Formats: sequence, structure tokens, C-alpha cells
Amino acid sequence: MRNRAANLGDRRFQRTLMALSGSVVSVLGLIAVYLVKLSWPAIREFGLPFFWSTDWDPVKDHFGAGAFIFGTVTSSFLALLIAVPLSISVALFLTELAPRKIAALVAFMVEMLAAIPSVVYGLWGIFFLAPLLRLHVQPFLSRHFGWVFLFQGPPYGIGMFAAALILAIMVTPTITAICREVFRAVPETQREAALGLGATKWETIQLAVVKSSWSGIFGASILGLGRALGETMAVTMLIGNRNEISASLFAPGQTMASVIANEYAEAESSTHIAALAYVGLALFIVSFVTNFIARRIVLRLQGGASR
Amino acid sequence: MRFLCIFTALLSISILPPRATQAGDALTLNGAGATFPYPLYSKWFSEYRKIDPSVEINYQSIGSGGGIRQLLENTIDFGASDSPMKDEQLAKAKTPLFHFPMVMGAVVLTYNLPGVHQPIKLSPELLADLFLGKIFYWNDPKIVALNPEITLPDVPVMIVHRSDGSGTTSIFTDYLAKVSPEWKSRVGSGTAVKWPLGIGGKGNEGVTGFVKNSPGALGYIELLYAEKNNLQVAHLKNAAGVFVKPEAKSITAAASGFLREMPKDFRVSITNAPGSGAYPISAFTYLLVYRNLGDGKSVDAKTEKLKRFIAWALTEGQKLAASLYYAPLPESLSAKVRMQLKEIGSKELVK
Repeated sequence: MRNRAANLGDRRFQRTLMALSGSVVSVLGLIAVYLVKLSWPAIREFGLPFFWSTDWDPVKDHFGAGAFIFGTVTSSFLALLIAVPLSISVALFLTELAPRKIAALVAFMVEMLAAIPSVVYGLWGIFFLAPLLRLHVQPFLSRHFGWVFLFQGPPYGIGMFAAALILAIMVTPTITAICREVFRAVPETQREAALGLGATKWETIQLAVVKSSWSGIFGASILGLGRALGETMAVTMLIGNRNEISASLFAPGQTMASVIANEYAEAESSTHIAALAYVGLALFIVSFVTNFIARRIVLRLQGGASR
Repeated sequence: MRFLCIFTALLSISILPPRATQAGDALTLNGAGATFPYPLYSKWFSEYRKIDPSVEINYQSIGSGGGIRQLLENTIDFGASDSPMKDEQLAKAKTPLFHFPMVMGAVVLTYNLPGVHQPIKLSPELLADLFLGKIFYWNDPKIVALNPEITLPDVPVMIVHRSDGSGTTSIFTDYLAKVSPEWKSRVGSGTAVKWPLGIGGKGNEGVTGFVKNSPGALGYIELLYAEKNNLQVAHLKNAAGVFVKPEAKSITAAASGFLREMPKDFRVSITNAPGSGAYPISAFTYLLVYRNLGDGKSVDAKTEKLKRFIAWALTEGQKLAASLYYAPLPESLSAKVRMQLKEIGSKELVK
């Protein structure tokens, strides 16, 4: 009797959890369906060239999201380029080198960065970071590296470079926190073995810690990338919102998330609204594809590590 | 993930509170639309509550385009917009819709020129050239010719525009399209356009921030923001050839200049207005009201309350405008608008 009752409870519990998980999955599906429905007029009118056309003209009702896709992907990957080495260094310092008290303090401070609302990052970017870049960093870069196409053009302060920097700061806490967990998971015996073989501290970190953590580091970066791809407010405030593809990092750009946030409320024509929904769908697809590719790479790395 | 947040935000915009219901003993009127008049509207609503406690007016400043969409979907009782509705939008309305100009505002040009303390003068042609990217430096002979008494610095011009769709952009580009055939054919006018150059700031505060922080910047914002932030604003040459400072008097003068040509439904752009005292980038902001909120067979309480509020706003309410840097309607126009108010709540069924 008792046993059966317990089983009934178990089954109910199982079903409830299943229903709850199912609802989360169905939200994903509903969003996709809704997006396709909303953007259908634009999909029919602009088709696939929407993804590479850069002509976005609400007055003439002609739309292409090429510049925004470029802006989103470029700003996010630039942000990772800065944030990943930084986060690995911070995480290594915290787990391998720092005294426990200092480590706890620094870890807390880094995590606090994640608690700052993105609009505050945006304001800080406009009033501190952008003037700093315009007055000091960008003139320096164009004076010494001006022959590289990346550092050409007038130094506005705001633009792709500023957006990537702010994104880097915003994703650093996420990547650092996960890297720290990954490094902690490396068995102590592995470190001792390396030290026992006569490795220096640097060699131990390199051989015993980092080398066996690549898949974890990669996974951490992907979570950071996810945040960077969709970040809206801070980027909108700093990227300069110019619908153009430019080779220079100093030039203003535009991302998919920011064009939606910018234009949705005042969009007048139904084509414009559909085109914005199509941009949303494109963002959905880009995020999906990057996550999928990243997962495959993580799996491969894990496979390689176990061999 | 982040992108989910955007879409839930998008979804929630389309699910505004349902049509007004009785809340307590006060009747609630729900409105939504333009952000530009929001500071004045919220002042009006709270003042009016003191006069008539039996009505409570809620207003969400979701933008003119959003206000028009919500109104056509009948999710709100009244809408508000900075630019008049288009014919095809009006055709979607279930009963006749009326435009009520409530108050006026202006778009001003603000700039950051170190060492320049007097207001600079700009002509329509020059303004179009600047925003078309034909003038690169502030000490260009064309600018110097208009401002012989000012020493203009040798800094590049940096154009700052709104990145978000906006009534302000609509008014500004409407003006440029009127004064420059090239602007009209190359760019056109609307709440968002394809800018030939420049960087985009989000909202009036975004443009203000960029202009304040970047020497050489030139941007357009609402007068309210320029006044509040003590920014320098350019004097603009109007249709009569006079350089005019944007202020309540010159904005009201722009409406006076249009009185004779004012169409019956008030749907008109008053940019580039005639009259020597008129500031050329002035505009109305409208309340959009259905003839009847109910079934049209009897005058319902909500329509009546809304009508009374508008009558108050057009008379007593105008006095509150100046303190918030809006310009009141000229008295002769205000009388005409009040005449139109008689149409609201009238019983005849149209359509």
C-alpha cells in the first residue's frame, strides 16, 4: 500500500517537472513561430538577400540587415577577443596565485561587475569611456598604427571600438566565474604531479591546469558570447548607430538588437515592422548557429581531452 | 538569454492594459502615444485630477507610432502623436477620428564649438548641405559668410542624429525636405530615415550627450532639452529671410502664419512657416480622439469626460505650457480647435 502511494507521488512529481520543462521548451518554439509570423511579409518581400543587403531605408520601405548582422558579430567577437584572455588571467590569479583573502575579495568585486545594469554601463561609456577613447586612446592608436585599416578615420570616441570594450567589460564576470570553477575542478594531484616532475609554477599552470581546461574555457566563452550577441542598451548607447559596414574600428556601426530597440516603437509602415521582426529572427538564427557550432567544438575538445 | 528579453519586451508592448474599466469610483481614461509632450501631459493630468476627481487619466508615452497603432486596435481611449495620421491610417478607424492640436514645440539645432559664445546663424540651404555631408569644416566659407562676427574654429563637423525612430526626426526631416529638393529626393522624411552621414544617439538625451562631449558636433533636439541643459542653439533663417531664435513666441508665431491655410482637420505640417517672426522648425502635437468611444447611439460617460478635459487643456491648460518650454496655441487657432470639440460625442452615426 505504502509503496504504491509513494509511487503515485513519484509519478505525479515526475509529470509536474516534465510539464514545467516542456513549458520552457515550448516558449522557445512559440517565440520562433511568432517571429516568423510577424516577419512573414518581410521574408516574402526581401527573402534571403535580406541577410547581406545593407540598404536600410525606412522612407523608401526597403530593408536589408547586412550591416546589423556584421555589427553584432563583429562587436561580440571583438569583445571576446579582449575578455577571454583577461578572464583566464583573472581566474588563474584567483585559483592559483592569490592568497585566499585577496582572492575572495577580488572574486567578489569581479562578480559585482555583473550586477551593474547595462544602462549604467551605457552612461558610464558615454561620459567616461568615450571621451577617454576620443582624447587619448584613439589619437595614440592612429598616430602609431594609423597605417592599419582598423585604426583609420576620425576619432569620435563612440563607435565599434567603444561598444566592443564595454561588451568585454560586461562579459568578463561571466567568463571569469566559469573559468574559476573549471580550474578548481582540476585535481590537486595533477598539479602535484607536475611540480613533482620539477615544473616551475608557470609550467604547472600551463601544463596541468590550462591544458586540461580548454573545453571548459571554451564553454565559458560561449556563455559570454551569448550575452554579448543580445546585449542591447549599453551597445545602442555607444556604437554610434550608423547603418554601415566599415573596416575601421573607430567608425560607428549598428547591431541587430539595437536597431530593433531603436526603431520598433515609432515604426510606421507595416513593412518596417515586419522587417524589424525579420531582424529579430536573424538574431535568433545567428545566436542559434553560434551556440550550435560552439557546442560541437566543446564536445570535440572534450573528446580529445579524454583520449 | 538576452535576446529573449527583447522579444518578451516586444510582446508586452502589444499587450497594453485592456480598454478602460471603472477603477474604484473614478472613471479611468487610458491614452498612449507621443513622448515629446509627455512632461506637459502628465502635469495636465495631475492638475486636472484636482479639478475633476471623478476622472483619472493614464498616459503611456510609448511613441507616436505606437499610440496610433494602439488606437486603431482599440486598446486605448485616446492616442497622441507628433505628426498627423496618414490617410491610409485614418481609413482603418472604426468611427471618425479627430486631430486636436494641443500645444506646440520646436526642433532646435545645438552644437559644440569651443570658444564660440554667441549663437551661430544658419540658413536652410546651409543646414541641408551640412546634413547631406557637403560641408566638412566649421570654418567653411559658407558658414563664415553667414557669421562674419564669429571666429569659427577649424574643427570637422560631426553630425549627430536620433538613432531611434522619433517624431522629432520626422519634424526635422520634413523641414529639410521642404527647403532642399536634394534632401527630398535623396533622403526624404519620416520618423527614421537613411542618414547620409553622422552618428546616432538614442533619444534627445543621447544626442545631447554626444553633442556635449564632442567638439565640432551638430545635432537636432527638442527645445525643452536645449533649455534644460543650457545648450547653445542656432538661430535659423525662416521663410521670410529673418534669423529667428527658437522660443515660445516664435513657435506660436509659426502657427499664426499658417492660420489662413489651416485645413479643417488640422492635419498640416507647419514647418517653414511664413511670417517674419516664425521659427521654421515648429510643430503641433496632437491628441487623437474618436467621435465616440461607446456604441455611438448614446453619449457615453467616457467620451464626455475626455471632451471636458480637452476643453480645459485648450484654455486653462495652455497657461501651464510655457513653464515647461512648450509654446501655447495662438488664441485664434485655439478657438477653432474648441469648435471642433463639438463634434466629439455627437450622436449621428457615420459609416
